[in-house]
Amino acid sequence: MKWKEWAGYYAVCSYETLHDSEYYAFRNSAGLLDVSPLFKYRVTGPDAAAFLSRIMVRNIEKLAVGRVSYCCWCDDYGKVVDDGTVMRRGEQEFFVTSADPCYSWFSRFLRGYRVELTDISDQVAGLALQGPTSRDILKQICDADLDALKYFATCKARVNEFEIYISRTGYTGDLGYELWVKNEHALKLWDAIMAAGRNYDIRPAGLDALDVTRVEAGLILKDVDYFNALHALIDERKSSPYEISLGWTVDLERAPFNGQAALQTEKEHGSKWAIVGLDINWPELEELYYKRGLPPVLSNHAWRSSIPIYTAKDKRIQAGYATSGTWSPILKKNIALATVQKQYDKIGMELQFEVTVEHVRHTVSATVCKTQFYNPERKTSTPKFPKS
Amino acid sequence: MSKKYDAIIIGGGHNGLICAAYLAKAGRQVLVLEKRHVLGGAAVSEELYPGFTFSVASYVVSLFRPHIIRELELAKHGYEVIPMDCSFLPLPDGDSLARWADSHRSRREIARFSKKDSEVYPEFSRVMTHMGKLAKAVIDHPAPNINSINPKEIANLLRLGKAFKDLGPDLLHLNIKLVTMSALDFLDLWFESEVLKAPMSVSGIIGTFQGIRSPGTAYVLLHHYMGQLDGVFRSWGFSKGGTGGVSMACARAAMSYGAEIRTEAPVKQVIIKNGMATGVVLENGDELYAKTVISNLDPNRTYLKMVGENHLDPDVLKDIKRFKLRGSSGKVNLALDSVPEFSCRPGDGDHIRGDIAIAPSIDYLEKAYDQAKYGEFSTRPYINAVIPTLTDPSLAPPGKHILSCFVQYAPYHIKEGAENWPKYREAFGDTVVDTLAEYIPGLKDKILFRQVLTPWDLEQTMGLTEGNIFQGELSLEQLLFQRPVANYSGYKTSIPKLWMCGSGTHPGGGIMGASGELCAKTMLTSRAI
Repeated sequence: MKWKEWAGYYAVCSYETLHDSEYYAFRNSAGLLDVSPLFKYRVTGPDAAAFLSRIMVRNIEKLAVGRVSYCCWCDDYGKVVDDGTVMRRGEQEFFVTSADPCYSWFSRFLRGYRVELTDISDQVAGLALQGPTSRDILKQICDADLDALKYFATCKARVNEFEIYISRTGYTGDLGYELWVKNEHALKLWDAIMAAGRNYDIRPAGLDALDVTRVEAGLILKDVDYFNALHALIDERKSSPYEISLGWTVDLERAPFNGQAALQTEKEHGSKWAIVGLDINWPELEELYYKRGLPPVLSNHAWRSSIPIYTAKDKRIQAGYATSGTWSPILKKNIALATVQKQYDKIGMELQFEVTVEHVRHTVSATVCKTQFYNPERKTSTPKFPKS
Repeated sequence: MSKKYDAIIIGGGHNGLICAAYLAKAGRQVLVLEKRHVLGGAAVSEELYPGFTFSVASYVVSLFRPHIIRELELAKHGYEVIPMDCSFLPLPDGDSLARWADSHRSRREIARFSKKDSEVYPEFSRVMTHMGKLAKAVIDHPAPNINSINPKEIANLLRLGKAFKDLGPDLLHLNIKLVTMSALDFLDLWFESEVLKAPMSVSGIIGTFQGIRSPGTAYVLLHHYMGQLDGVFRSWGFSKGGTGGVSMACARAAMSYGAEIRTEAPVKQVIIKNGMATGVVLENGDELYAKTVISNLDPNRTYLKMVGENHLDPDVLKDIKRFKLRGSSGKVNLALDSVPEFSCRPGDGDHIRGDIAIAPSIDYLEKAYDQAKYGEFSTRPYINAVIPTLTDPSLAPPGKHILSCFVQYAPYHIKEGAENWPKYREAFGDTVVDTLAEYIPGLKDKILFRQVLTPWDLEQTMGLTEGNIFQGELSLEQLLFQRPVANYSGYKTSIPKLWMCGSGTHPGGGIMGASGELCAKTMLTSRAI
């Protein structure tokens, strides 16, 4: 029903006029989402791991075959260019996804490495099957041992006459898989999943529902929560991994990699900004609406406009800005992801969030919390390897 | 001497559990005693047939107060409600009406029956949203005590008055109509098409021994319109894991605050010493003592069984005996081998993912009531059916479904006497299945399991006297400061130290949680505990 542009493709926002049922499919049954517009690269050769380690902030040489790594990559100044996943399909074979086209950026560092870098964005389609029943559905159509496939693991599987790669990854913060398939088999894969999913209440899902789930999961989005350093017009728009909640992916103690020195310095001297979660006070917002004789108005869409955040003590001092947020139907909370100055990033700290009620600006309090608002056990649990 | 509690709550329905949670959160020692092996009272999920989890009695959620979810952190404890997108009305002539969350989609559907109605429909919704706002003033506070000169009570009364005044003259007049008119007369003010009015009017009779033309039923209509999910008024939803999911979230919250909950611990009687409640005796003879006793049971059971007539003043006794329960509905739960498809609109599309009403015409509904008036169950009943498995696959094995049917009228007092209901139970179930089968060909072949609950069964298993799902009718004379009875509203009873927190108290029934919450808050603010 609704479409938008995504990396040069028309992508579905929602299959119905309202995306609610797709959201609930992600959280209660399963949603199937076309993520083909992502950029995809194949990296092969004896030095593939060393090459990727040179680019990524994570040490890819440590990544085991069959495992997936979520990471970002920086420029020389330690500012983030993009984020994505790196899957190790073999000792010398990797599959990389990114939000922006990165072929040119990656190519710059090829010299001296025995590596072949191929842009396979146009050859491989991606389908995200996400939700509590996604494993049961996938089991019906492929031969992979899904009960043993751990969170952030990847494997090859056969579906009828063709092969796919499965990675237990996703952007919903729920149990789910991303399936990578050659273009010519993509429609057949879609149909097979939809047919098998019928008994598991599957729904085709679009980006609107995804956006709600990704904010709940505290997953950041390029060009919304941060900007590609190569595209930023001014330095203030650039961010380091530490500043966008990806500090945990940075592995400093190793062979040189892009941005290493700058990141080392930042680690020692501290960062300027931090991305935090905000739990926006609902009774205060409700009260503002009731004062105007209105029931509280909630968009059921996730929003992604910049909203000023002020300090609790003085509403004239800006502590930062929120970049995306949503009403979380599952948490019953009004939540946001915000970039705040480092001194305001402590969990439990109170800030002021700007709201507009009937054209008039107000603020309501918001409490700093972890960015990962929603994190169900099923997301990471694996039937064959139960946690003790 | 056993542990002495600050409060013992009789009955682990959702209100009892919420009351326990609030009291425990305030640091009180609380014990909840539930007669059955499962918690939840009428908001209960049970695996009645292998692999199938049923919302046995209460089956949808809307009225649950959002601030309770917040204050007790129920989302953290597993509270999850999935909204319904559609109200579907199959018609015997092969046509059908689906009303959607998407207003233009509804308009096009309604326009097939009445162009005018299709455009008036959003106006009606707007007005009901205003009325729904009143909910905050009415149901989020204890009813004011109109006899008291306590400044707090006067303030409470003024606050309520202000909420009504704030509606403005037009809506205020409408509100007077709403509390005095019949559901149908009220809808006649707006709509012309029976296809629209019939399914809308039934909200006015659910759980009430009245017909859609009975004066006063318009209020029950509002009661069902007061709900809100995620700030959206009037929306209804499915509780994940069945309605027991709500109760279990409340129970987990209560336990997280330190409340103790015992199941299979039926209470025989409240211990009354020197005219005051001091504890309870269990069926097994154990005696438990507490500073206060709170009954989550209906007023009839609380006063006549738990307290006993000998402890009651004649006036109180008279009032309690006159309190109208008069259960009027039953429940039929079916486990199905595959999706039920309607001949008028085949497929397993979104139209059957919400609630499905068998209410094809006004006369159909009135005739159903006619039979009930003379002590028979309706042979052509109003049915409100849902297929929760289409939105929550965790309730049944893959590809299998649950069809849950609320059925009205099934009067508690049948001609032969209520105790003879078991003789008619299966015939009643057959009636429901036969009625549905006219719209769902092949339904009978899909049925793997059937549970029929008559009002008698609701009384026997859930302890709802006369099978009344609201613990007492929601008629105007039994609301606010007259619920359950004048002089003993406000969660107090005529017995000192004995309180009530069930939906037999203000503001009443549905999975709302307000009675439990307000009872606890009243006790805490009045330092009764």
